[in-house]
Amino acid sequence: MKYRSVFDIIGPVMIGPSSSHTAGAARIGRAARHLFGREPKYAHIYLYGSFAKTYKGHGTDVAIIGGLLDYETFDERIRESLVTARKNGMKIRFHEEDAHTDHPNTAKIKIGDDDGELELVGISIGGGKAEITELNGFELRLSGSHPAILLIHNDRYGAIASATTILAKNEINIGRMEVSRKAQGEQALMVIEVDQNIDDSVLNELERADHITQVAKISD
Amino acid sequence: MFRNVAELVELAESENIQLSEVMIRQEMEVKQLTREEVFQHMERNLDVMEKAVEDGLKGVKSHSGLTGGDAVLIQNYMKNHTPLSGHLLMDAVSKAVATNEVNAAMGTICATPTAGSAGCVPGTLFAVKNQLNPTREQMVRYLFTSGAFGFVVANNASISGAAGGCQAEVGSAAGMAAAAIVEMAGGTPSQSAEAMAITLKNMLGLICDPVAGLVEVPCVKRNAMGSSNAVVAADMALAGVTSRIPCDEVIDAMYKVGQRMPSAFRETAQGGLAATPTGRELEAKVYGISLKKE
Repeated sequence: MKYRSVFDIIGPVMIGPSSSHTAGAARIGRAARHLFGREPKYAHIYLYGSFAKTYKGHGTDVAIIGGLLDYETFDERIRESLVTARKNGMKIRFHEEDAHTDHPNTAKIKIGDDDGELELVGISIGGGKAEITELNGFELRLSGSHPAILLIHNDRYGAIASATTILAKNEINIGRMEVSRKAQGEQALMVIEVDQNIDDSVLNELERADHITQVAKISD
Repeated sequence: MFRNVAELVELAESENIQLSEVMIRQEMEVKQLTREEVFQHMERNLDVMEKAVEDGLKGVKSHSGLTGGDAVLIQNYMKNHTPLSGHLLMDAVSKAVATNEVNAAMGTICATPTAGSAGCVPGTLFAVKNQLNPTREQMVRYLFTSGAFGFVVANNASISGAAGGCQAEVGSAAGMAAAAIVEMAGGTPSQSAEAMAITLKNMLGLICDPVAGLVEVPCVKRNAMGSSNAVVAADMALAGVTSRIPCDEVIDAMYKVGQRMPSAFRETAQGGLAATPTGRELEAKVYGISLKKE
């Protein structure tokens, strides 16, 4: 089941006007921000389907950028996010794409700075809920119906063990887990779906673990 | 976990509890939270809805200028006239409009189940409240009952206009509201399901055709009509009227209608009212140019 909580239906509390085009978009932006780990210096936003056709009217642009500034769906600063981001020196470009995607509300976000780049594809499935379908070229099967931890790590022995040891120590049960890598010894991605939302302290601990370079969580 | 309306009603009836209670217990179980935590979370959402209605009734205007101020017009009319459709109905309409006007003005709202359809549940709640005099707890329960039906629709069909048209958004919201009104008015769980079915049946096929892609025209007024639909269907269900087509089958029909709906009618601003001469003119005015080509 895609929706597990009554608060997916009665909620989220958000800045209008659209749960899919504003709140869901903000959540995709915020997921990118958390995975990148800092405020990016540039952002290319590629919009598909209904997102491409109606993003200005729905505030999808300010919402995604608001997410990149780490704003929550109900943060009133979303309205001024474009101005704020540009003031912070972020270079922003929106691209309206014609390509057909599986889901009508799809966004690809490419963000980066001098130290790195991140590319993420997210879909907004309705009522403010968002799913991440691709990260740095890794295809994800992140249902969005469970909280999840995403770990970017080096493809070395011990990386997976160090992550799962920390989760076990914190009594966190793993519901589903997926590891993928681009090539042997290169960057790899661990996706861990869990049963409960994760405390930031656990994320901090994971971030310090061997071979793990970036940590982000997706709340359900 | 209940997977459809039949199971939801069965759970309530077999344990002799309200539908809202089924939803509360499930949420506690799924999220491993206490009753207080679940209840408080929903009460905060109720506070947001109340504030949005208040703000809207004071009068707001969207950035585009396409919507705003109608909630005030309706309330003023009600002060000086006896509305032909009845005081409660127009009160619900004005409060639904108020919520969606605030949403269009990028104010703070609670999605129920979406932002574009955020007016129906609170609009009806704060109107029915004046006649039924519920406790605060009953008002919070109203939201759990609404949520239970929305939960079924979201998991078995869709609550996204881009995926299923307006029937999936305002149609679902109106049905959710109808079911919650019935519970608050003392109806049975099956009567709530009938009210949901009757409401959704009458919104089948409704397309999502926002002018200029904005959640304004016709969304605000669709919430007005969704609310009135909900109140009427709740009254019918409380009177003992049943839907010949069971609620779950109506939801499934809505899903299938949505799947066959052309993309022009699913939140792309390419068909319906968005594609009318005036719709296009308004769009051109909002963006300085016309962005869409036929």
